[in-house]
Amino acid sequence: MARLSYLKALQRALIDEMSRDESVFVLGEDIRVGVNNVTTGLLAKFGPQRVLDTPLSEQGFTSFATGAALAGMRPVIEFQIPSLLFLVFEQIANQAHKFSLMTGGQARVPVTYFVPGSGSKTGWAGQHSDHPYGLFAHVGVKTVVPATPADAYGLFVSAIREDDPVVIFAPAGSLGVRDDVDLETLSAVPLGVGTIHRPGSDVTVVAVGHHVQTALAVADQLEGEISVEVWDPRSLYPFDWSGLAESVNRTGRLVVIDDSNRHCGIAGEILATAAEQMRLTAPPRRVTRPSGAVLPFALALDLACQPDAEQLVTAVREVAKD
Amino acid sequence: MEASLYRMVRLIRRFEERCVELVRSGDIIGGIHPYIGQEAIAAGVCAALRFDDIITSTHRGHGHVLAKGADPIRMLAELCGKVTGLNRGRGGSMHAADFSKGIFGANGIVGAGGAIATGAAWAFLRQGGGDKVAVSFFGDGAVSQGVLLEAMNLAALWKVPVLFVCENNGYATTLTVSESVAGTICGRASAFGIPSSTVDGMDAAVVFEAASAAVESARRGEGPAFLECLTYRFDAHHTWEHKARVRYRPAEEEVSGRLRDPVEIAGGRLDPAERESIDEAIEALLDEAVAFATTSPAPDPSTALDYLYGSAVLP
Ligand SMILES: Cc1ncc(C[n+]2csc(CCOP(=O)(O)OP(=O)(O)O)c2C)c(N)n1
Ligand SMILES: [Mg+2]
Repeated sequence: MARLSYLKALQRALIDEMSRDESVFVLGEDIRVGVNNVTTGLLAKFGPQRVLDTPLSEQGFTSFATGAALAGMRPVIEFQIPSLLFLVFEQIANQAHKFSLMTGGQARVPVTYFVPGSGSKTGWAGQHSDHPYGLFAHVGVKTVVPATPADAYGLFVSAIREDDPVVIFAPAGSLGVRDDVDLETLSAVPLGVGTIHRPGSDVTVVAVGHHVQTALAVADQLEGEISVEVWDPRSLYPFDWSGLAESVNRTGRLVVIDDSNRHCGIAGEILATAAEQMRLTAPPRRVTRPSGAVLPFALALDLACQPDAEQLVTAVREVAKD
Repeated sequence: MEASLYRMVRLIRRFEERCVELVRSGDIIGGIHPYIGQEAIAAGVCAALRFDDIITSTHRGHGHVLAKGADPIRMLAELCGKVTGLNRGRGGSMHAADFSKGIFGANGIVGAGGAIATGAAWAFLRQGGGDKVAVSFFGDGAVSQGVLLEAMNLAALWKVPVLFVCENNGYATTLTVSESVAGTICGRASAFGIPSSTVDGMDAAVVFEAASAAVESARRGEGPAFLECLTYRFDAHHTWEHKARVRYRPAEEEVSGRLRDPVEIAGGRLDPAERESIDEAIEALLDEAVAFATTSPAPDPSTALDYLYGSAVLP
């Protein structure tokens, strides 16, 4: 067993895939120095043809990667901050994502977009605190949000091997997570397969990204009172509906915790599908950011907009009562 | 003019040094992008502006906001996330704004301000509001952003009274200009037929001269202008570097880059007694600002979504 951090797991995945497959290369801002601590040391290992520091031309280099992918490469793009995904939404949603269908299956676009540090970093305010995974899931771009070091490794590897564009969100709140991991067992985690982090029998809590940790803490806190199952979708699109149904059909009760805006968010999608297809014995609940939230700067305001353990405890107690 | 230029350069320097201390003490969360070393640009350009002109700024925006006339006391309260701040604690370092002073905001997205400034300046023309101009400040990193180049094209096509000010400090975070800019920075302006010049960005008087000429031509209806100011960032890209200690600038360069100090250049032109009295007044002002910022109330969490919509109604 070794102590593996989430960031080191991401780095290991990238190194393993670049070593395994010559066509994988990485580009992004300040990645030689590695200001986000994922690409540190890669330049020395793989050279400047495979580790490209880009100018601040996100729209250009995102479609540049699409072109390289169409020509047979497997680009991995690091986006320094989550809001850059708004800037390149056209390049991902309307270009990379659509090539396969629009060309009648002639073209593949195996590009991986990764964001180390999505969501609020506390104090980075309005334009640096978004968590826009729901947008990508909505338009049908494959979207993953790993919560643990092993999943960060496994989902990053799968994303790079996937023949389609995949966005991988590494929540700021997960970057400090460390686990004891047998390095030999690290392996690809398939897209679209959820996992139970903690079994329980009364309420299924679906937790996205760093809120897996919140949900585990809440499950501990409520032990003896309510038995909470913590279920992590890992991929938001494709989504493991049968895995979720297996859990919800057992517990009959569902709460979702999701650090993105409520209106049209992924939590709403999960509740709707559960209501349509699963055996719920009580109305489900969701704990999210407020609808349309723009994160204000001041600490108390920033925190007031993010879902937290207290709100989750309340929601779990409410569904358990119903 | 010499005294007022020095006063602003020195105020920005000391304001930023105080901010770095407040980041260390935890009074400012999220850190800042210090403007230390680049003060002469904000001071020189804004000295060429009138009260009713407008600016857009960047992630490294404190200097521009102060030089355009924001109250340093309310600015510091904003950085400390207080209700008494310019943005009522909602914006922080990267979004500080004061529309009453023509400050259309710092901006967290590189290159975003150029098009906003161009639209504002065009609106002034349309509204027949006299001869107001807009200035957009941005770094060398922004000249690789599509939106800035698109804005320059619009500004030139429609003869908009906007001044583009590029602060070339040699780096976009860790990337050097030579690794990121093909051709030249001013060459981008030339491509759109926008007159440009490159000046010493360490000397506020030089910047003031050049900016005054560009602003006057914009006021006369001659369209946009572009100014490249050569400078050096004395401190970190962002205060997180104080802990992370990433290395990307050669040590000799860090020494030589600081040899010409905008504070000393502007201060050297003053009589020492005058300089001292300016310095004292600035210290007193900043002491007051720190006391005000640290003792002002934080916003109430129940008001987190106040101001989300201009209509003041939450849907
Ligand atoms: C569009 C965009 N890309 C990337 C970033 C992250 N980022 C913030 S500042 C910065 C470097 C900016 O360099 P420059 O424009 O030269 O300004 P300087 O920091 O040197 O003042 C980067 C990459 C961002 N905020 N916005
Ligand atoms: Mg720069």
